[in-house]
Amino acid sequence: MATEAHAAEGATGYIIHHLTPLQVGEGFWTLHLDTLFFSAVLGGLFIWFFKMAADKATSGVPGLVQNFAELMIEFVDNQVKDSFHGHSKLIGPLALTIFCWVFLWNFMDLFPVDILPLIGSMMGIEYLRVVPSTDLNATFAMSISVFFLILFYSIKIKGPWGFAKELMFQPFGPWLLPFNLLLKLVEEIAKPISLALRLFGNLYAGELIFILIALLPWYIQPALSFPWAIFHILIITLQAFIFMVLTIVYLSMAHEDH
Amino acid sequence: MSINATLIGQMITFALLVWFTMKYIWPPLFDSLEERKKKIADGLAAAERGQEEILLAEKRAKGVLKEAKEQSTEIVTLAQKRANEIVEESKDNAKKEGERLIVAAKAQIEQEIQQAKEGLRQEVADLALSAAEQILGAEIDQAKHQDIISKVSKQLG
Repeated sequence: MATEAHAAEGATGYIIHHLTPLQVGEGFWTLHLDTLFFSAVLGGLFIWFFKMAADKATSGVPGLVQNFAELMIEFVDNQVKDSFHGHSKLIGPLALTIFCWVFLWNFMDLFPVDILPLIGSMMGIEYLRVVPSTDLNATFAMSISVFFLILFYSIKIKGPWGFAKELMFQPFGPWLLPFNLLLKLVEEIAKPISLALRLFGNLYAGELIFILIALLPWYIQPALSFPWAIFHILIITLQAFIFMVLTIVYLSMAHEDH
Repeated sequence: MSINATLIGQMITFALLVWFTMKYIWPPLFDSLEERKKKIADGLAAAERGQEEILLAEKRAKGVLKEAKEQSTEIVTLAQKRANEIVEESKDNAKKEGERLIVAAKAQIEQEIQQAKEGLRQEVADLALSAAEQILGAEIDQAKHQDIISKVSKQLG
């Protein structure tokens, strides 16, 4: 009994250990160093790759790097053209950054769950949570930035009064003003929350399942983690794609003047 | 799991990434894409234009050939006509020349006949004169009877 309880506690401990970020500070001023570090490194990777392609960009025959970068650009640009009917210098680069960055965050999920924390512990780092998208701070940081952009463009395109009118008088006309306002506020606030929680939830759950698989005997693990990893390749791409497309859609809604 | 200052850090990183992408990554790559699209479109258009030009040139060449053939036929016809004319003209000339020659010959013959007549008349007059001389002897003075002699010789002519 005692050993069993201990084992259960060991498993729980293992899970908790894996899901605890490396942090410094107290209260609100806590910083998750692992999230900051990995997302910055991945952002740097993204920037480095695309800058390399951009520096050598030629309208002649493209190289391998440029080819891939152009593929991504065209892919993102097509998405933007499909749903966004205004002119904006920001939205293309924004969508590209979101897609690539989120994809790279999510990609960290495919590293074996123990390998980076093990390397970390060798270097004296006790806790290490390597997937930035399993940190609500990372997903919310992105979705709140998008939310600010939505507000900014709504006010810029429709004017403060136009935006206020849209909040008050739609969808049911001026006689139901409070109701309209409530509905619209919920709708607007739901955008960043759903964006952030969708990404977080998917990746957190995915990571948790990897951790649970890692708790099983080693000879069962491949049979489970291999299909799950393959399935996860789909999920991480899909989640990055969804985040990007919804951002474009929300921003195009902000640009639409009724 | 709590929201904390990491959020702010992440937002700053995100803003920097977006700014950098917007400034240094998107424009050159996007421009090169657009430029390549334009190049390809231009190339295709040029190829099409070239094809059209070839067709036009072929048509033009056919036209020129046809015109040349027509012209040569015309020239040959003209030349034949001209040749016929020349032949006709020379025939006419020859005919006229022949007639002229005949007329000249006739005139000459006439003249010669006259001369012969003149000669004969003279001879007959001489003969008559000598005969009369012989008949009359020296009685007849040539100078005296000149008038009579010429009268006689005129009657002979």
